[in-house]
Amino acid sequence: MAKKKFIVGNFTDEAVLFPAVKKVRRAGYKLHDVFTPFPIHGLDKEMGLRDTSLHTAGFIYGITGTSTAVGFITWALTIDWAINFGGKPYFSLPAWIPVTFELTVLFAAVGMVLTFCWLCQLAPFVKKDHFNPRSTDDTFVMAIECTSTTNEEEAVKFLQAAGATDVKVETKKTGWWLGNYANEKMRFEQQ
Amino acid sequence: MSLLRYESQVRAPLVDGTKDYHQVTEDICRPVENKPSRLWWIGFSISVALLLFGILSVAMEVTYGTGQWNLNRTIGWGWDITNFVWWVGIGHAGTLISAILLLFRQGWRTGVNRAAEAMTIFAVMCAGQFPIWHMGRVWNAFFVLPYPNTRGPLWVNFNSPLLWDVFAISTYFTVSLLFWYSGLIPDMATLRDRAKLKWRKTFYGVAAFGWTGSTKHWQRHESLSLVLAGLSTPLVLSVHTIVSFDFATSVVPGWHTTIFPPYFVAGAIFSGFAMVQTLLVVTRKVLSLEEYITIEHIEVMNKVIVLTGSIVGIAYLTELFMAWYSAVDYEWFAFKENRLNLSSPYGWSYWIMMGCNVLSPQIFWFKKMRRNLFVTFFMSILVNVGMWFERFVIIVTSIYRDYLPSSWSTYYTPTIWEVGFYLGTFGLFFTCYFLFSKYFPVIAIAEIKHILKRSGENYKGKMSKEEEDTVTQFGEHHLHDHH
Repeated sequence: MAKKKFIVGNFTDEAVLFPAVKKVRRAGYKLHDVFTPFPIHGLDKEMGLRDTSLHTAGFIYGITGTSTAVGFITWALTIDWAINFGGKPYFSLPAWIPVTFELTVLFAAVGMVLTFCWLCQLAPFVKKDHFNPRSTDDTFVMAIECTSTTNEEEAVKFLQAAGATDVKVETKKTGWWLGNYANEKMRFEQQ
Repeated sequence: MSLLRYESQVRAPLVDGTKDYHQVTEDICRPVENKPSRLWWIGFSISVALLLFGILSVAMEVTYGTGQWNLNRTIGWGWDITNFVWWVGIGHAGTLISAILLLFRQGWRTGVNRAAEAMTIFAVMCAGQFPIWHMGRVWNAFFVLPYPNTRGPLWVNFNSPLLWDVFAISTYFTVSLLFWYSGLIPDMATLRDRAKLKWRKTFYGVAAFGWTGSTKHWQRHESLSLVLAGLSTPLVLSVHTIVSFDFATSVVPGWHTTIFPPYFVAGAIFSGFAMVQTLLVVTRKVLSLEEYITIEHIEVMNKVIVLTGSIVGIAYLTELFMAWYSAVDYEWFAFKENRLNLSSPYGWSYWIMMGCNVLSPQIFWFKKMRRNLFVTFFMSILVNVGMWFERFVIIVTSIYRDYLPSSWSTYYTPTIWEVGFYLGTFGLFFTCYFLFSKYFPVIAIAEIKHILKRSGENYKGKMSKEEEDTVTQFGEHHLHDHH
């Protein structure tokens, strides 16, 4: 299995983290990821990550639910087995609004959560490496991927100068669980 | 960044004490990692005992049929459907806190949303029991689902409010569960990474789904939470609207009224907040979380109670007025003789409802009362008693006297198995809640950290400088670093 080297630095304050991300990207290092204990608004933009289109997926799931409900009820109550309920029309759309609405919400919610888990590779029994267990507690952990042009010693010093503590070079076996957002990221100059 | 972080000094802090991120983790994880207290064991044992009695009651009903209950003609819906509506209503506060207050950007929700959402899920689980076991031949319960069957296939009646209920309640349960659990995943990862014991590592490892805290994942997580909140908001309104349709679409005097949907939704939120108070006043004390669920949180929720209680009061008066103004004899009879008349068989229940739901919450116009824990706890019980009677009044006083006096029913009192079933759902609810409070973080750790530097007591003090700025200065200082 392929191995990769990472320079891992820890931050304890968002006010230090933000300029550090900017510096690292400006210097041309390959920023692998920043692991944080809670969502930090604006950090994704700072890292050059594109916006997620999860909500668009949600919309598509929603209209799938709407059309499934309307289509199925229409078929069941007008074509397959039409029953006369108190002389009302077979095609009684207003009475179907509640079920249609509920299925819209159900499809959108279930679809989005599954897509979210799929995209983030989340499932029971999945184990991943996030460099420092304190990153789910109080530490913002920045990982820089070493490429052929990266000078490790310089990179360590660079991170320290940017305010990171406890900077280490770590070798990790790579695989899907590490995540790869190379296509996600816009280059620094693009922003 | 600073602009988003800024919060006026006029607002009381949402997290008291000197906290940093690590301290937040420690405080909220402590009850999960420590051994449960004696009090927990006592409460848990009582809950399990109630649950077992409930199981016995249901077993009696399934074995010998719904004749074990005192339902009669014309009271085909008695305690069971009263309890169903009551539990569903309680669930609504959790969704209001987690979804609607998220859309309204109410920072205080972070202290209470996790527990309130858990309450929603457990309450809906309890509610679901009643229509299912009321079917009598419960082994045919799956007939309510539209599945290809050998009887035609004969489909369910999509025009029926009772079927709408099936879809509304099951969707509500599913979406609430997804919303709750997707919020729990990062906190499960926190517990996993702190775990020392092997079983704890395994359990929270599985439960955390391999969460890492990657920025990209947080970005998606935020998007997911926001959309789920946007979906849950109309959903929660639809659920009690549809429950009210069970009654409102009929032609029974006392049920046949267009005011029901908003009236039911307001009542649901009213009773749900009361249940949140019942749970949290105790939880914050027992788990020493007073710095996270502060007296401010309690006060804000009491404000919601007085607001929704007053909306419910207006609704009661409106339906009363409309019953008279409609000039429909049957409608007015239902209100005048079956409800208002204290000496009528069930007149007492109407006045308990009025007293508990309309009069008593007015005490919360006084700030001192809103901030008093004993008053809050007492009122939270009283409100839920009142809201139970509201459903009892709607159901029983409307159907015990029908259009035809010769078919008026005999007086309805529940049997021990009907009461036992209701107590059993308390057992189910509190058993789940006790397990939740022991094995899950009762406060959303990541969300508290998210608001800590804006609303934490020790951080707020340092921000006072900004309040002295003029508007122009404030803009100059902050607009440029607004990401």
